[in-house]
Amino acid sequence: MDFNYTDTQDMLRDTLARFLADTYDFETRKKMLASDAGRDPGIWRALASELGILSAPFSEDQGGLGGGAIENMIMMEELGKVIAIEPYLQTVVIGGGALKAAGGALANAVIPEIIGGNVVIGFAYAEPKGRYNLANVTTTAKKDGAGYVLNGHKSVVYAAPWATHLLVTARTGGSQRERAGVDLFLIDATSAGITRRDYPTVDGFRASEVYFENVAIPGDALLAGGIDLIEQIVDEATVAVCGEACGVTRKLHEGTLDYSKQRQQFGQPIGRFQVLQHRMADMFLEVEQIMSMTLMATLKLDLPAAERKAMVSLAKAKVSRSAKFVGQNAVQTHGGIGITQELAIGHYFKRATMIEGQFGSADWHLDRYEQLTLSDAA
Amino acid sequence: MNLEFSPEEIAFRDEVRTFIAENYPVELRGKQDEGDELSKEDFLSWHKVLAKKGWVAPAWPVEYGGTGWTPTQRYIWSEETARADCIRLMPFGLTMVGPVIYTFGTPEQKAKFLPRILSGEDWWCQGYSEPGSGSDLASLRTKAVRDGDHYVVNGQKTWTTMAQHADWGFFLVRTNPEGKQQEGISFLLVDMKTPGIEVRPIITLGGEHEVNEVWLEDVRVPVENRVYEENKGWTCAKFLLAHERSGIAGVAASKRGVERIKEIAKTEMDDDRPLLTNPFFRRKVAELEMDLTALEYTELRTLAGEAQGKGPGPESSLLKIKGSEIQQRITELTLEAAGHYGAPYFRGFGDGDNEHPIGPEYANRSAPVYFNMRKTTIYGGSNEIQRNIIAKMVLGL
Repeated sequence: MDFNYTDTQDMLRDTLARFLADTYDFETRKKMLASDAGRDPGIWRALASELGILSAPFSEDQGGLGGGAIENMIMMEELGKVIAIEPYLQTVVIGGGALKAAGGALANAVIPEIIGGNVVIGFAYAEPKGRYNLANVTTTAKKDGAGYVLNGHKSVVYAAPWATHLLVTARTGGSQRERAGVDLFLIDATSAGITRRDYPTVDGFRASEVYFENVAIPGDALLAGGIDLIEQIVDEATVAVCGEACGVTRKLHEGTLDYSKQRQQFGQPIGRFQVLQHRMADMFLEVEQIMSMTLMATLKLDLPAAERKAMVSLAKAKVSRSAKFVGQNAVQTHGGIGITQELAIGHYFKRATMIEGQFGSADWHLDRYEQLTLSDAA
Repeated sequence: MNLEFSPEEIAFRDEVRTFIAENYPVELRGKQDEGDELSKEDFLSWHKVLAKKGWVAPAWPVEYGGTGWTPTQRYIWSEETARADCIRLMPFGLTMVGPVIYTFGTPEQKAKFLPRILSGEDWWCQGYSEPGSGSDLASLRTKAVRDGDHYVVNGQKTWTTMAQHADWGFFLVRTNPEGKQQEGISFLLVDMKTPGIEVRPIITLGGEHEVNEVWLEDVRVPVENRVYEENKGWTCAKFLLAHERSGIAGVAASKRGVERIKEIAKTEMDDDRPLLTNPFFRRKVAELEMDLTALEYTELRTLAGEAQGKGPGPESSLLKIKGSEIQQRITELTLEAAGHYGAPYFRGFGDGDNEHPIGPEYANRSAPVYFNMRKTTIYGGSNEIQRNIIAKMVLGL
């Protein structure tokens, strides 16, 4: 057993943290969000070329630094600390992860472009009625000669307005909830027949409803692996989001602590009141447990599917609950100013709140855990 | 970073497993699981087996009789002893006063006391709390007045666990009534057979005789039995509390506790189905496993820090808070699982008792154990005090 980061991993963290400290202060972020595109593409390019760190989780054969889930966790934690709206999760963790796992010509072609910062991927998996069940897919991919034709509607596709590519789950066979027949495709986001309705999200990203109407895609857009692959990359993404939660909740806690030392009421800093001290001690406990669960799940991603799913679910359930606790208490401790747009704290709270439900709520994950480990079948 | 055991660690785990299987006293089997009251002889029989093997004080430095195990080996040890349902030895000598003596004691104190702690020859108790000094420990009033080469001690201690068996006690006493409270306390090692000491039992909710009052009247303690400087006893006390807290997480034992709940809930019927398939009960089990996993990895992170030379600091308060809450939830859920048979109060089917137990064995002690474990969020510095410590020492409030 070993819980130490390597020197390379420490360096990765320092490099990114330093860059983000210079480029991602609260005011700059606000301006990005308010701009037409909703982001500053220069930052993504700088992460790729200036820092060269989009390569972190890819193997050396693929032009990467030879890292994996731990590197993703580090990146996501640092991005979370500044509530960055960079499409790292969608492009590198999910898109890159799917390509790494599936391999083949498409992977060899696209991974270098991800590393180079030329590709942004939106992950089109959710549907209006599927909720968190990844196999509940009505979007169809019908075989048509050598290729496929896509039809359907995907919900709340983060980063889709910025995307060069979409990673789409679609049914090549089977009925609506059947596991068999769900497949994964990486397609050009500008393919004919794709329409989008773009909007901002409450946590500062841009997203879209994406409609596919007789979209013709080539046969080699298929990433072999079916639902098992989709579940694997979503588990990896779930753990990456837990990593982001480490950064987001740490900042919520620190910000609250600082505020409680400055804010004066009844002639003293409110941090002198025991009721608030205990609340902030409890927030500290939750943040530490988020860190522990994230580390645990990151290190268990390579386990066989059933065990991997159980442990990822246990982690996400805890992270969801703890993120809620930390976020709500950060706002409460700030009082009125906490529910305005003025301080960063409220914006961290918004992201923390979306993290709670991303890739499954606490209830959904506890249920999946129980099915796998505590049911009759288990 | 990885979670795998190295081949050496796997070999060590197998060695530990075999050792326990071959050497754990037969008469103790099942006692920890069922929550039986344990006698001094029970504790000593396992203690002596471990002492002979050299494994009784895993965390002590090798020069004082420790094992030299890595944090991972210690983790394996606690996992394996809990898995095999071994009884847990009393901490007062091995994990409390022992480390204080080898850290702060004189060479003579080390030579005199440490070997006898290891061998089990001396049974220790802890004289900290007083009727008027619980959470506010530093307000303690038991006073020690210097008289030549002795201190004369007068006062009353309480909640003294297992003092009825104790050969020695470590006591916090006031040697200076002036100035800051914390700066007038000394740490004394007291022979419990000294004239003037009286131990009176306190019976707790489950009917156990675990804790006591200790009355001290003109008890003469040689000055050579003071650890560290006069009026600096609070330093030892704080050191000991931090040590106590880190062990207090009880992760391995709690894992065994959760497994046991699952075993019970598979056999215990909830109308027409096993209790474990009741979605409400099952959710509570899942939440327990969730929180226990978070605690386990928090402890592992702490151990990794220790391996890099960071001693157990105020973060150990975190382990105490979460560990004790989980221990309580386990006993709560075990009692809930027992259903009707949580009620019968039927003590002591000891050896030679031929009566049939009432209800399933797992139910028999479920309520008394539940009552007893309410202590965990109170002792070792109540969980409210732990939050004060975190606020002050970690958060700078």
